[in-house]
Amino acid sequence: MKRSRLIWKILSYFILLVGLGVVAIPIWYMVSTAFKPQTMVFELPPQIWPHPSTFDNFIKALTTDHFGLYFWNSVKVTLASTSLTVLVSSMLAFAFARLEFPGKETLFYVLLLGMMVPPVMLIIPQFIVSHKLDLYNNLWGLVLVYVTMNISMQTFLLRGVFEDVPRDLEEAAMIDGGSPFTIFTKIVLPLSGPGLAVVVINSFLYSWEEYTWANVNIGDSINRTLPIGIALFQSEHLTEWGQVFAASLIALIPVVLVFILFQRYFVQGISTTGIKG
Amino acid sequence: MRNRKARNQIIPAIIFLLPGFALLGVFFIGPLLYSFRISFFNWNFAHPDRSVFVGLSNYIAQIKSPIFQRAVLNTTVYTVITVIVKMVLGFATALILNQALRGRTFFRVSYYLPVITSWVIVSLLFTYMFSGMGGLVNYFLKDVMHIISKNIMWLADDILALVPVVLVDIWKGVGWAAVIFLAGLQGIPSEMLEAAQVDGANRWQRLTAIMLPMMRGTLVFLLVVLVLGGLNAYVPFQLITKGAPQDLTHSILTLMYRATFSRMDFGSGSAISYLLTIFVFILSLVQLKLLRKPAGE
Repeated sequence: MKRSRLIWKILSYFILLVGLGVVAIPIWYMVSTAFKPQTMVFELPPQIWPHPSTFDNFIKALTTDHFGLYFWNSVKVTLASTSLTVLVSSMLAFAFARLEFPGKETLFYVLLLGMMVPPVMLIIPQFIVSHKLDLYNNLWGLVLVYVTMNISMQTFLLRGVFEDVPRDLEEAAMIDGGSPFTIFTKIVLPLSGPGLAVVVINSFLYSWEEYTWANVNIGDSINRTLPIGIALFQSEHLTEWGQVFAASLIALIPVVLVFILFQRYFVQGISTTGIKG
Repeated sequence: MRNRKARNQIIPAIIFLLPGFALLGVFFIGPLLYSFRISFFNWNFAHPDRSVFVGLSNYIAQIKSPIFQRAVLNTTVYTVITVIVKMVLGFATALILNQALRGRTFFRVSYYLPVITSWVIVSLLFTYMFSGMGGLVNYFLKDVMHIISKNIMWLADDILALVPVVLVDIWKGVGWAAVIFLAGLQGIPSEMLEAAQVDGANRWQRLTAIMLPMMRGTLVFLLVVLVLGGLNAYVPFQLITKGAPQDLTHSILTLMYRATFSRMDFGSGSAISYLLTIFVFILSLVQLKLLRKPAGE
């Protein structure tokens, strides 16, 4: 019995280490290539660490083609769409969790429809709407679509969180003459910190990485966001892979930072959406 | 009392719902219906009023087109392979990580790194690793394993080009499936497993008789989400194969993109979107029906 347990344990570690290798090799290859001079990009056998190694790719990536501008555009779009997603979906979630009104169920089903329809299928009409509203080639065109594509899922998630806030608090506030707005801002929101953190993470990742809509809606190079900029590095520069991955690593810094800071909420966000689905 | 409360809350409800539903109306529901309309026209983007109604011919033309059929085949094969592999590997990983092991947080975090790396970056990374000349994969197969004798031009072949697309999805997606399975496994009361163990159930029996039936909800959720994601594959196809060679390696959505934005044929593009949606809808119903059967029946 004991022996079989030991064998099982060794086997588990063996499998985990193989998995780690599979995950790590491409990541290591990306990082090391970012430090390779262009002449060494396809040199084989691959070295564990490039010799000579260079920072040139990072400097070039940062100084060519408005890369700094793309980064800044992405920061603006991400900040705006994340804060709007939090605001709009928490308002919707509050109405569905705490208010009584006619047609509540129907409206909730309409909202859920947003989780079923694949975003890419909407690209054509969204492109037309964006033209009509003068949002083509405009960062607001990205922000509003990102918020729309996110609110169904995030409202669904927050509704569950808000329903768990104890009702007694609310009733006490009602007796003191508190309106739904006071209950929303003074009771429900302050008690839903972790749930809101999950929404922040979800919409941050979505807006920071979104490629398809940005690629359609942005024409001018000065309005490009990072994912577009990085994808163009591949086609525009006869693929200088060192620069592609240097740029990628720069784009990954905020994601990794958020991941490390909020690791707890990442898992929580996944399990809430996972189990409730 | 309840009635009065309901009446009082209509105005606040409107205020709370308005921003969200305004956005949904303009950028979601409106477009959804508009796109349906467009799919029946030979759409003129510059002068929509000059668009010509063509009935179902956009749909028929697509269904008959060999390129569309190939895109459907590619997307289906990609979905079937990636979903099965991600579910199996994700479940195995979750089972292993669900034990009391030293360093399991480290492994969990490491396995999650590909998940948070963006699709654009991982697609470019796999394009690079699968380069015909001097790519890491060819080097490994030829010079380390000696399985092949000369370099494979992965992206020049209409079937081999799908290999990096499938692998990138698996590489990026197993960690996510594993974390969701892990959450499901942690929802199983440990007393149940201990009781089974006392009764002499071995690992395999505990897995099939307790864990899998208890995780039906998680399984359904993952299957539906992963299949939906697979059928909607876009970025890896767009960045790795770009449809080449000869438009044989499109996914349904890269083909839609090409019809719409390279050829400005919005009618066909919309028809492709709706064909995909119908397909997705039917499949979701089938999946739910198959999996919602309560255990033991």
